[in-house]
Amino acid sequence: MIRFRIIKREPLPGWARIVIPIAAILVTLILSAIPILLAGGHLWKSYFYLFHGALGTRYNLLETFVKASPLLLTGLAVAFAFRAKFWNIGAEGQLLAGALTATVFGVHMGSFPSVLVLPTVIIAGFLAGGIWASIPALLKTKLKVDDVVSTLLLNYVMIHIMGALLFGPLQQPGSSWPRSSAIIDAACYPILVARSRFHMGIIIAFAAVLVIWFINKKTTFGYRSKAVGTNIRAAHFGGINTTSVILWTAIISGGLAGLAGVGELCALQYRLIMDISPGYGYSGIVIAMLGNLHPVGVLFSSLFFSVIIVGAQTMSRMTGVPTYIAEVIQGMALMVMLIFLLFTEYKIRLIRK
Amino acid sequence: MENNDQPVVKMASVTKRFLDVTANKDVSFSLYSGEICALLGENGAGKTTLMNILFGYYTCDEGAIFIKGKRADLSSPKDAISRGVGMIHQHFALVPSQTVLENIIVGADPGLFLNLKSARRQLLELQVRFGLKIDPEAKVWTLSVGEQQKVEILKALYRDVDILIMDEPTAVLAPAETAELFNTLRSLVKEGRSVVFISHKLNEVMDISDRIVVLRSGQVVAECQTAETDARELANLMVGRELLETIEKKELPPGEPVLRIKSLAALNDKKLAAIRSLDLIVRRNEILGMAGISGNGQKELSEVLFGMRCPTGGFIQINDKPLKFGSPTASIKSGMGRVPDDRIDTGLLMDLSVEENLILENHSSADLQNFGLMKSKHIQQFSSDLIKKYGIITAGRDAVTKSLSGGNLQKVMLARELAGEPSLIIASQPTRGLDVGAMEYIHQRLLQERERGAGILLISEDLDEIFALSDRIVVLFEGKIMGEAPGATASREQIGLWMSGVKA
Repeated sequence: MIRFRIIKREPLPGWARIVIPIAAILVTLILSAIPILLAGGHLWKSYFYLFHGALGTRYNLLETFVKASPLLLTGLAVAFAFRAKFWNIGAEGQLLAGALTATVFGVHMGSFPSVLVLPTVIIAGFLAGGIWASIPALLKTKLKVDDVVSTLLLNYVMIHIMGALLFGPLQQPGSSWPRSSAIIDAACYPILVARSRFHMGIIIAFAAVLVIWFINKKTTFGYRSKAVGTNIRAAHFGGINTTSVILWTAIISGGLAGLAGVGELCALQYRLIMDISPGYGYSGIVIAMLGNLHPVGVLFSSLFFSVIIVGAQTMSRMTGVPTYIAEVIQGMALMVMLIFLLFTEYKIRLIRK
Repeated sequence: MENNDQPVVKMASVTKRFLDVTANKDVSFSLYSGEICALLGENGAGKTTLMNILFGYYTCDEGAIFIKGKRADLSSPKDAISRGVGMIHQHFALVPSQTVLENIIVGADPGLFLNLKSARRQLLELQVRFGLKIDPEAKVWTLSVGEQQKVEILKALYRDVDILIMDEPTAVLAPAETAELFNTLRSLVKEGRSVVFISHKLNEVMDISDRIVVLRSGQVVAECQTAETDARELANLMVGRELLETIEKKELPPGEPVLRIKSLAALNDKKLAAIRSLDLIVRRNEILGMAGISGNGQKELSEVLFGMRCPTGGFIQINDKPLKFGSPTASIKSGMGRVPDDRIDTGLLMDLSVEENLILENHSSADLQNFGLMKSKHIQQFSSDLIKKYGIITAGRDAVTKSLSGGNLQKVMLARELAGEPSLIIASQPTRGLDVGAMEYIHQRLLQERERGAGILLISEDLDEIFALSDRIVVLFEGKIMGEAPGATASREQIGLWMSGVKA
């Protein structure tokens, strides 16, 4: 008789942290062959168009970055919160709060000097996301309300607030659709590469990676936040003001998600619409986990996700495999990564009897 | 004794490794029917590991186990129980919200339907036979620790266990409960059952066992009949070196008070009174030993001082300044070094590095940060110095804290808390669960702090420790000071009486 036993393994060397994600992605692609074949696609052709569609042409490559920027920001938002064990499932709502506030400022700041407009819009969007995230943080610290539930439910609250405003005061005059007026030109993100949609928000997202890495690694706040996430009782015992750490972690996390909303509004849509986010906030959770809550990990996992999303369009057009395959691959990637992470700490031993 | 018979348990050349640590090396161990065999050794000597192997909890890497003459390949505790081997761990495996009877029959009844009536009858019969009186309908959470231990023993007996392993069973018991437990164990072996008694308390081992096996660093270093040895010899075998005869303590006149507690009152987690109108003074250059059986308010008192619990009345002064309640930061700032009894959940961040633990209370001081930016050079210097000064054995500053041994964890704790030269030290059970070597270190360290001028409140259940270190001894009973005696002249009997609530 053969039995399996899961036992702890010796710590892996440093290079494993690079090799494991790559191996996880390879395994994901191998496993994804099954649904592609089931959908009647030709395997090599499908994978070729998947990657060619995302990376093969200048426009598509830049488009991959466009898609990556909101994913990167929501991924960072979730990763930063999770590191302190603030279970922020509400990046979607915080993104919408950011987009909504950016709309209000972006539409109505016509009489201001134009240099002030964009910074104001960005800061307002960041704060809106942060303040929206501070509600569940306060509920958690003051009233012990479970943060998973409150952050998740506040997403729906924000969707309905947005709906109410888009059918009410924010609705474009004369329109019967739930959409706002267009924001003024001064509130639009500059396009940085000609003949593309490569905009300033992408730079903001990449800068956010550096900022979060810096906060985590170099600041006392990053240290406190990690301590709170590791053992809140011991952190409290050690004199850390855990309430304030959780609150500020939530504000920064929500602010990052809010910036994702500002980017979608000011660089791509230019007006608020109901489906301004196809669930970037939720994808952020998967991306944060896939990136092992590390900012650089989040950077790569968001790029991987955007490659899959953008490439799936081309693949679908050229081979007839439905674009939903992108979501299958994303889900698969998370599963494989979680299993791989498990095996960084444990191994299976066969016992023969 | 029937030592010439076939042993009921024979473990032959058992070796067990955990990664790079060898917990048991080529250990051979036999147990005979009708005996109490003590397994003696320091923490980390491999006693519990060895017995966990016999209980099927771990599998050994090398060696073989024979139970009642037959080779046993155990792959789970279930295998062991079916062969009559039962083990009671230090942490009980009971369901608090269920009754005694339910706890006892859970997992033992093979059928689809419970036969509570016959189980109850069987349980009562066992109780009478072994003098383990306990109400079968009582919910487990209402029972004291000693009573819960009885439930565990009944659970094992109900499963027809005739080889009972007890892992440090007296660690959680009051003296009276210990005596009761010993009676039970004696009546068990009288029936021809066998008991393995794991302990590092010499007196108890001398008292209860028929035979003693001493383990040191995973190996058997001695095996002897209890009647043919004495505590001194065992201590040397256990530690492998001569113990310090007594602790050298300098005569120091007590200075001005550093801690004053006046009519303090506090509730426990169940909102019942835990501290009732407590008065206390700790002076400079003095160790005040607080003895008492756990659960008499020690935890609540230390938590109030640490800033982890708000009292319901009274006031506390540290260096003549009132202490703000409910704020760990205020306690730290008042100049208090705090050693909590629960270093794993409260004291330390086990998943962070040693360095990150050492800087916890200092990371926002001007030495270690500048406008919120960590000064990594200074931090490295700070933590390396502490690691060196306290002789903390670790793979490095960056090693994850949970990789350290118990003694080194406590050194990290002390290093952090004493780094700021506190004028008052609250040490709650500072040596609980530590081996003799680490214990000795902690004691020396506390004495050094006393000589430096600190006032120390030593809360401990270990009377030896209290007597060895204290200048004055107070006894806490049901949240009040039951009595006070000078350390030099206090009698154990008197302290013992106070501990059990007898005012003499």
